[in-house]
Amino acid sequence: MTTITTPTTSRSTSTTATRVLGTVALVLMAWVVVSGLFLTPADVVQLESVRIMYVHVPSAWIAYLAFVTTAVASAISLFRRHRSLGFDRVAGASAEVGVLFMAITLVTGSLWGRLTWGTFWQWDPRLTTTAFLFVTYVGYLAIRRLDGTPRQRARRSAILALLAVLEIPLVHFSVVLWRSLHQEASVLNTDGDVRLDGLMLFTLFSGVIAFSAAFAWFVVHRQRVAAMEDLRLTSGLDVALAERRAEAIPS
Amino acid sequence: MKDVGFIALSYVLTLGSMALFAVVTVRRARSLSRTIPDRDKPWL
Repeated sequence: MTTITTPTTSRSTSTTATRVLGTVALVLMAWVVVSGLFLTPADVVQLESVRIMYVHVPSAWIAYLAFVTTAVASAISLFRRHRSLGFDRVAGASAEVGVLFMAITLVTGSLWGRLTWGTFWQWDPRLTTTAFLFVTYVGYLAIRRLDGTPRQRARRSAILALLAVLEIPLVHFSVVLWRSLHQEASVLNTDGDVRLDGLMLFTLFSGVIAFSAAFAWFVVHRQRVAAMEDLRLTSGLDVALAERRAEAIPS
Repeated sequence: MKDVGFIALSYVLTLGSMALFAVVTVRRARSLSRTIPDRDKPWL
């Protein structure tokens, strides 16, 4: 009998649950592409270029979600040391996925900016703080690859993750705090007034759900890969130690 | 026409990079799985 956690193959990181999650993400993604490109109306000001919003905005939100997940998992990993390294692996996996979505945000935002502002890049508060956030998490991933045991890696990267997450409010409110070329939030704004047509809003939220499902799928698989990498690293260290001890014993 | 190209490129880059990340992750998982015994995979 197949249960929800039964693996589909003994050599894979997938289970029935992750396959269902992946299928949901793919179906929703297909809907977002069809609706975003063909069904939703053009904007009165931005015309057709507004269609980039359906991939740009969900990417940005999921990048924020990923970095907050990294911070929460890092805090658990740092303050509850008796637990396994599972939370540290979730933190690392989530940061990798966050960097991917942040890169998508920057590139799609740049293309959108070329159409609406006439330039790919401006050293504007929102763009600059977003680029800084991206570089910070690339640095976080570099720190994770420094030499050391998995537990040393967990501690030093957790401290950085807890500091880096403080940049997110700065990025989000940069359009309010400073004069910015970037528009203010159309949905998560401070006055609670949603300035989007019904189908546009529905497609945008479909994108958020689709990207969230993809994010969950990525993190689950990536942290399982990280678990196997850690296992190989520690077993490799055990073998090396055994060989050194064997050399030290006089024959 | 210029708008269409930029819009299409946004979607291609978004979906393409996500697909690439998925493929690299699954390939890495399969490669590692061959060297790790099943008893050390808690998700199984």
